[in-house]
Amino acid sequence: MLETTDVVERSDISTDSGQATEQAAGEQLGSQQTFATTDTYPMDNETVKLEVKDLNLYYGSDKALKNISLQIPEKKVTAFIGPSGCGKSTLLRCFNRMNDLVDSCRIEGEIVLDGSDIYAPGVDVAELRRQVGMVFQKPNPFPKSIYENVAYGLRLQGVKSKRVLDTVVENSLRGAALWDEVKDRLHDNAFGLSGGQQQRLVIARAIAIEPEVILLDEPASALDPISTLKIEELIYELKDKYTIVIVTHNMQQAARVSDYTAFMYMGDLIEFGDTDTLFTNPSKKKTEDYITGRYG
Amino acid sequence: MKNWMKSGAPWIWLNGGAVALCIVMVVGLLGLIAIRGFGHFWPADIVQTTIINKAGQEKAILGERVRSEVIPAAVARDGGYEVASDVELITRFLIKEGNRDVSPRDFNWYLETGMGELNYPENAVSIERREWGNFYGFPQALTENGKVIATIDDENFWQELSQRVERSVDLHSDINHIEKVDIGRINHKLERMRLDKRRLELQNADSATMAEAEAEFSAQRAELDAQYLEVKAERDALYKLLERDSLLATIASGKETSIALQNIVRVTRPNAMGVFGKMGQYVERFWEFLTDEPREANTEGGIFPAIFGTVTMVMVMSIIVTPFGVLAAIYLREYAKQGPILRLIRISVYNLAGVPSIVYGVFGLGFFVYFLGGSLDELFYPESLPAPTFGTPGLFWASLTLALLTLPVVIVSTEEGLSRIPTTIRQGSLALGATKAETLWKVVVPLATPAMMTGLILAIARAAGEVAPLMLVGVVKLAPSLPIDGNYPYLHLDQKIMHLGFHIYDVGFQSPNVEAARPLVYATALTLVLLIIVLNLTAIRIRNSLREKYRSASD
Repeated sequence: MLETTDVVERSDISTDSGQATEQAAGEQLGSQQTFATTDTYPMDNETVKLEVKDLNLYYGSDKALKNISLQIPEKKVTAFIGPSGCGKSTLLRCFNRMNDLVDSCRIEGEIVLDGSDIYAPGVDVAELRRQVGMVFQKPNPFPKSIYENVAYGLRLQGVKSKRVLDTVVENSLRGAALWDEVKDRLHDNAFGLSGGQQQRLVIARAIAIEPEVILLDEPASALDPISTLKIEELIYELKDKYTIVIVTHNMQQAARVSDYTAFMYMGDLIEFGDTDTLFTNPSKKKTEDYITGRYG
Repeated sequence: MKNWMKSGAPWIWLNGGAVALCIVMVVGLLGLIAIRGFGHFWPADIVQTTIINKAGQEKAILGERVRSEVIPAAVARDGGYEVASDVELITRFLIKEGNRDVSPRDFNWYLETGMGELNYPENAVSIERREWGNFYGFPQALTENGKVIATIDDENFWQELSQRVERSVDLHSDINHIEKVDIGRINHKLERMRLDKRRLELQNADSATMAEAEAEFSAQRAELDAQYLEVKAERDALYKLLERDSLLATIASGKETSIALQNIVRVTRPNAMGVFGKMGQYVERFWEFLTDEPREANTEGGIFPAIFGTVTMVMVMSIIVTPFGVLAAIYLREYAKQGPILRLIRISVYNLAGVPSIVYGVFGLGFFVYFLGGSLDELFYPESLPAPTFGTPGLFWASLTLALLTLPVVIVSTEEGLSRIPTTIRQGSLALGATKAETLWKVVVPLATPAMMTGLILAIARAAGEVAPLMLVGVVKLAPSLPIDGNYPYLHLDQKIMHLGFHIYDVGFQSPNVEAARPLVYATALTLVLLIIVLNLTAIRIRNSLREKYRSASD
């Protein structure tokens, strides 16, 4: 399918200000500089799972996301990269409405999941979050046994049958490549696991309720390299079954695991495209500067 | 010097000094209480000597040396004693002579001057009695129904004596059991029957029901009366047995007297005892102190009802305060809209912790006891009016008042605990499709339990030591029975209780016999401190095991 590119040009670009300042601002990437923000990449041969349409997000009076539009393909890994504070995590949290927890947060625009707006009135947020699972930066297992951590989501849905729970727990832990390490101590406290194991446990917990989309918010940033590698391998395996959106600081990681990459800067979506193209042949100067390490 | 100041060394010294001072004060306080409290149970030697009284006559005395002090001789001269004019300071001894039935004062000061040689006769005994306090003297003979069966010269005298004392103590405890438990139960049933009857009258039951009930009641009463007569006969028989033996003994002045064995709690011969014998005595006395009921207007015997009352009250208080405090804190922290009104409420709650406790006592008396209790009586216990059931100070009101007093502590700790739960954990639960309430009850509240336990620990520590409000809302000098017994409804929330803190006050300041009470004040204070430590340690253990369970979550 082809979405026409609507390039939003801002009329308030000050072209007549001094050349020197313009250059300085260019080095710093001042916020007043304007880019073609919404560059919806043509999704050939892909089914769109999530679609963001003209999304603006405000924290009080601060505008944290500016006119974002993009499409996230089904059963692929989409990575958001960008410097700290660029809004990539904020955007990620819009997909399962975690921003609702922030009182001052206000949203304009639409996010469409499987054809329906998740911000429409009357949407059951708990139900949405069952479809769109999330894994956070720091492993956050509950103060319960490994088994109960994985079974938590199912128990919330009222599943009581021990047989069903046992099966789901085992399958989820296998799915998160943790089963072999913990099968003998399923009823030990989850805090006894290492950081990397905890993070995989959290992923197992997320896939236990069979979401359609999994959001990963810098899932490996608190882990050592070996655990990071395991998580990356896991992401690679999971994309057969789930649509994955990952936020990462680490560009190599994005390059390794993702099929599509979005580069964000200061609340703007600068560039979105398939990962190989974006990293090898970026179409925007900002993207190139960032991935070559000139700032960020 | 300048460098020394710069290095921060003076600060370290100052800080260290403050800590040292704190430690010295705490250790000093506990040490004083411990030494005086524990010392009370050590069997003191009995000293025999002679003194010269004001009239210049020699007098034999026998008793325990309690303590001595040095006073200016002028004071003694003013007191009417003959003291040589070149003496400036003079030592005097406080001797516990006991024998209140013979001489009016059992504690007397005697000057060192004129005091004869100090002897520690082996046969001197100290006898703890149920009446008239201790007896000090020399036993002469043991009689059974008026006939002498053993004299002091017989080889088996002491053995015989201790066997017979044991027998009478056993009989006494049997009688006590019959009076407290069996007769208590019959009285309890009679009282309930009276109340049932009165209730029917108040309900204006028609004459047929009335007559029917009346018939049933009289049948029951007849049965209970028969039971009572049976029990009473049993008790009287025991009393008869008790009267069998008595002990003939001479006191210091040589006068002979007779002590019925039923009055004797314990006979000791401290002068003849070795260190191990004394240790055995010590343990026995200490155990008696912890497990027995008080005698002689609380100046002798044990403090068990006070320990029991304190613990029961603290338990009931904990059961009331924990759910209230936790629920209030959850609402304040999790649901209420954060803003100026909430801040005002929070400040008010926090400041409640600083309100003097006697104010809570007055409030408890006025609102809980008279208003709530009075209303409860009218609604649920009209049959026993005008005698109040809950409209009078009692265990429940004391616990409720203390719960109110400690509520802020629990709220503050729980709120702090809740605010320490990392948001990532909450988000983790929400991201799995849990609602806010599910997240709260399944994840957040379990994680905050150590903080709640901390609040409870502080509450217990404060409640167990509180005295002032309790005097108004349910604690008495001497409670006739324990708040928990075998009669329905087993836990008697309407009963008045005894309390260690109040016991200290009562024994120390309301006692007719100050000198006899003094060591008990220390011992009771020590018990109270130990009890609070035990309660706290239990709660701390529970908290630490919870903390261990949830350890990494709050890192």
